[in-house]
Amino acid sequence: MAMTMTETDPGAAAGLATDRDEVIKLAILAVGGQGGGVITDWIVDVAERNGWYAQATSVPGVAQRTGATIYYVEMVREDEAGGTPVLALMPSPGDVDIVLAAEMMEAGRAIQRGFVTPDRTTLIASTDRTLAVIEKIVPGSGIAESDPVADAALAASRRFLSADLDRLAKQNGSVISASLFGALAGARVLPFAPDTFEETIKAGGRGIEASLRAFRAGAEAIGNPAAAASLTRSDVRSGDKGVVGPEKERRAWGGLLERIEREFPAAARPMLRAGLEKVVDFQDVGYGGEYLDRLKAQYDRDSASGGVEKGFRFTVESAKYVANAMAYDDVVRVADLKTRASRFRRIETQMGVGDRNVMHVTEFMHPRIEEVCGTMPAGLGNFIVTRPGLRRTLDRLVNRGRHVRTDTIRWFLALYFVGGLRRIRRRSLRHRTETAHLEDWLSLANATIPEDYDLAVEVIRCRRLIKGYSDTHARGESKFDRVLSALPVLKGRDDAAEWLHRLIEAALKDEKGEMLDGALKTIRTL
Amino acid sequence: MAERSFAKEVEQLRIGAGEEFRGEGILAVTKALLECGVGYVGGYQGAPISHLMDVLADAQDILGELGVHFEASASEATAAATLAASMHYPIRGAVTFKSTVGTNVASDALANLASGGVNGGALIIVGEDYGEGASIMQERSHAFAMKSQIWLLDPRPNLEMIVKAVREGFELSEASNTPVMLEMRIRACHVHGRFKARDNVKPKMSLAEALETPKRDLNRIVLPPASFLHEQEKISKRWPAAVSFVKERKLNEFFGPADGNVGIVLQGGMYNGVMRALQRLGLADIRGNTDVPLYVLNVTYPLIDDEFLDFARDKDAVLVVEEAQPNHIEQAFGAMLHKAGIDTLLRGKDPFPMAGEYTGAVMLSAIRDFLRDHAGGLLSDKDRAPNEPEAPLVPDLSKVVPPRPPGFCTGCPERPIFAAMKLVQEELGEHHVAADIGCHLFSIMPPFNIGASTMGYGLGPASASAFNVEAKKRPISVMGDGGFWHNGLSSGITNAVFNKHDGMIVIVDNYYSAATGGQDIPSSRAKNRSRSTSHPITDAVKGVGAKWVRHVDRTYDVGKLREIFREALTTDEKGPKIVVASSECMLNRQRRERPLLASAIKEGKRSVKPRFGVDEDVCTGDHACMRLSGCPSLSVKTLDDPLRDDPVAAIDETCVGCGNCGEVADAAVLCPSFYRADVIHNPSGWDRFMARLRTRVTGWLQRRRDASRLTFSAGAA
Repeated sequence: MAMTMTETDPGAAAGLATDRDEVIKLAILAVGGQGGGVITDWIVDVAERNGWYAQATSVPGVAQRTGATIYYVEMVREDEAGGTPVLALMPSPGDVDIVLAAEMMEAGRAIQRGFVTPDRTTLIASTDRTLAVIEKIVPGSGIAESDPVADAALAASRRFLSADLDRLAKQNGSVISASLFGALAGARVLPFAPDTFEETIKAGGRGIEASLRAFRAGAEAIGNPAAAASLTRSDVRSGDKGVVGPEKERRAWGGLLERIEREFPAAARPMLRAGLEKVVDFQDVGYGGEYLDRLKAQYDRDSASGGVEKGFRFTVESAKYVANAMAYDDVVRVADLKTRASRFRRIETQMGVGDRNVMHVTEFMHPRIEEVCGTMPAGLGNFIVTRPGLRRTLDRLVNRGRHVRTDTIRWFLALYFVGGLRRIRRRSLRHRTETAHLEDWLSLANATIPEDYDLAVEVIRCRRLIKGYSDTHARGESKFDRVLSALPVLKGRDDAAEWLHRLIEAALKDEKGEMLDGALKTIRTL
Repeated sequence: MAERSFAKEVEQLRIGAGEEFRGEGILAVTKALLECGVGYVGGYQGAPISHLMDVLADAQDILGELGVHFEASASEATAAATLAASMHYPIRGAVTFKSTVGTNVASDALANLASGGVNGGALIIVGEDYGEGASIMQERSHAFAMKSQIWLLDPRPNLEMIVKAVREGFELSEASNTPVMLEMRIRACHVHGRFKARDNVKPKMSLAEALETPKRDLNRIVLPPASFLHEQEKISKRWPAAVSFVKERKLNEFFGPADGNVGIVLQGGMYNGVMRALQRLGLADIRGNTDVPLYVLNVTYPLIDDEFLDFARDKDAVLVVEEAQPNHIEQAFGAMLHKAGIDTLLRGKDPFPMAGEYTGAVMLSAIRDFLRDHAGGLLSDKDRAPNEPEAPLVPDLSKVVPPRPPGFCTGCPERPIFAAMKLVQEELGEHHVAADIGCHLFSIMPPFNIGASTMGYGLGPASASAFNVEAKKRPISVMGDGGFWHNGLSSGITNAVFNKHDGMIVIVDNYYSAATGGQDIPSSRAKNRSRSTSHPITDAVKGVGAKWVRHVDRTYDVGKLREIFREALTTDEKGPKIVVASSECMLNRQRRERPLLASAIKEGKRSVKPRFGVDEDVCTGDHACMRLSGCPSLSVKTLDDPLRDDPVAAIDETCVGCGNCGEVADAAVLCPSFYRADVIHNPSGWDRFMARLRTRVTGWLQRRRDASRLTFSAGAA
């Protein structure tokens, strides 16, 4: 995410929090474990260093590190305090000068609680997200939108300053408390000289250098956002990806790319390009040709059904989901991906492995007889699958957790061998099953498109529901079937596409599909 | 080993007269105890006074130098009973615990102590866990003071006043032969402030002297007829003594003008909140000046009749600021006014709300309403007749901002226990699960959604005891090691053995009283120079007669736990099925191991650092793993890939490599996306040799395969 800096009132930039009254009130909203206590201590220290009296409070109720927490500091000039000043122990709505939010939804929480008000509050927020559990467990995408919070922040605050302070901290080998402290200094909202903030960090002890770097980055991002933003633009992804491989294959690949240009409308090309790459990576260029053949058929149907006016959505969505369906997640693919050189390089980068380190990689696999049979030639696989006794016996041999080291020659070879089964994949039971499923699904969509274009697009989109492995995969297929079971009832309705879309959304809300069942019940009453 | 070390801060406990002390409220309390010549201190951890126990533990050397004995009590009841040492002997003692829950547990001992009365000053420091951030039922400690006749101090929340309250608390206790309770509210415990210190004082009489010259006063023992005598003595002697001490020493305070037609009576703990409201109304400043007369009750029990009546007599209306309910103080004042025939209007729970915390917003609106009704002249035009403020144009975020309750930490060893329990319930159906107090209670929230009740610390198994009947499913109960040693061994296990309870009891053993900050308990495995630890829970349960006992010494083994749970829930064997699931609290483990690992790496020793990762091209974004985890380091991220609708799993650098992800993926047959990378720092020659050999072979194989197919360069979607 690029740096952003927004100010509701540019003229307020020079205004210190002390303009209003003698006490500066500052609240910090963080997620437990983000170092809210550290930054609170720093703020107290920098205040005392500048001859101010500071009173800090917090509610660290439990030791756990994951809940939303609030720290609160009040500061008053020592000579005005006259002994021990009478200060509040908790923030009040409408009475906070500075709010520091270590995470975007915590900024939202501060706004919700009324701590951010347009007459006085400078809101300094890190735009990164630490996802709450309920955002992560949704089978679809449960991530809360940050944009409404940013809009609310602009409306609710006197000044709203933001940057991805978490990234800045990590880039500098530190944690967010340091960059957030820097952001506070950079906002120049406290009447303390910038170098006194640094003195506070230096007096701290451990990790001073990294803290200072993150502090300065935070201060720069907030205090001089234009310069900071220009520094980070370079990381925008650019250029086309290179393709390497044998000459013959590369030529064939070039031919496929030409087909996309020649045979398909511009609107569908980017998705086709992505889809093509996925299926070729999954199998080979020949499979890529098959993909384009399927898509050509889809496009022809699309054109015949007035797709021009619809922006060829049917083709675009088909390009996406047919690619996903053709590149199904089988044992061969997993083994192939796990043994690639690029994968080990990626892990080494992520784990910060250097020349002086050695890395071992352990995989957690749990194959079942279903997966093994899927890899077998269709006849043999089917022979076993259709004989429950035999299947159970063989399952007992196979079905167990295998924690294997793919950096060792033995297990690398085993996976390498399975990955090599790619060559016979198209004769496998799994391939047959997947292809049949794919064709049934496409013919259902194709049968729908002459009557209801939008509904056909939604039928294509139902494929989103199928994902995961083993039981999760089975649940996905069951959701797919349940959603499509509504098709006969919906056909002919003006709002059929909307309803099917709603069903897909409902199916992605919870694991077992309880929301979906509720929605289906509603549909039966239509 | 506690979560937070105060080893540095406790050095301040040595400072002498005239020096300035700076620090947190709880540290100030400790210093005050030493200045008062306390002879012994005990207590049981729990927010918000956990850190007080940690401070005391870290201050053992200083305590030792002064001859002060410190006990980490087994429970609040133990702590309260410890005060018996002040019954016959002129030795000052103090105990501390969380309230009201700790006071509930302690109340038997407290009632006996209060009946017989004390000779040496006895101070009970209660951490009042009320309001935002509280983890317990919302009640008041006030009723305990009233029912047992224990004096209750509620000082203004600044360090000077808190220190003064400790000092005067001991004196009041000795002057009236009555134990004194000092109420510390959450924020006061953690408030950072300063005060002028005094010299530390050694106890006047040591515990050893008392032991060597024992005393015994039959009149102090709670047994008829002395117990009847005690009740009379409370009223005839101790109460009047306390009232005159409070009056003479001016423990309660008056602020503001002597005259005025209205006044505010407040609990000391409410002072800063009241003053902030008055400041915002333009009626007070931060130096403590106020235009409204204030009567501050630093002592909220006993109430001093004539102080209050004198304050109220010539006023039109008096507002009582008394947080939470019932409104004991307001009721008492009402009765006083009525009996004295004074017609001053008494207001309290109107304009204040009957229930709930007195936050800044509540305080401001209630005091403004009160003044508007009775002293409008004091208010500005705006406050007297406020125009309805324009609703600010801030969008409603209630549907956007997700709730973020506390949950299991990164790498928590309790996560796999509940993952296993969730998996076994998928096989055997949902069961009734009685939960308990402790970190493990987070199981009730997503993603686990396990646990139907919590009845009190260590009472998980006890709260399943009614379900000891023939049924197709067995009851499950959970208890932590903290609760187990606190009382669960007898209330839960012994009870289950004795009553032939047929359910499954899971004891979560994480080596510490973890939820309260990682204090040591009898089954802790770390060496503790002043306590006896390493007493296995399995031995204890077998000792009270449990037969079906299974011990898992690595909770991350989800498959094994699931197997044991399945067996416990389906076996034909009768009697309690006890599963002890042990793994060290990850917070504490990391705190212990991380510095060791860092220095080992620095010193060039071979060290292994594990961390998990996700192959994002293998992950399909179904999030099944999240529903068995909820780990902060396991999150989701949106890929820059137009073919993907849903975010995929991602593990960040805070991962501690606990193993849950891999175990769960295996046990629940989720997916093969997870891997563990063990990075070896300072590898041995053998490590290097093997790595070179392996890379040579695998590299050749990889090149061979890449030569026969297309490879899309890195950065490919």
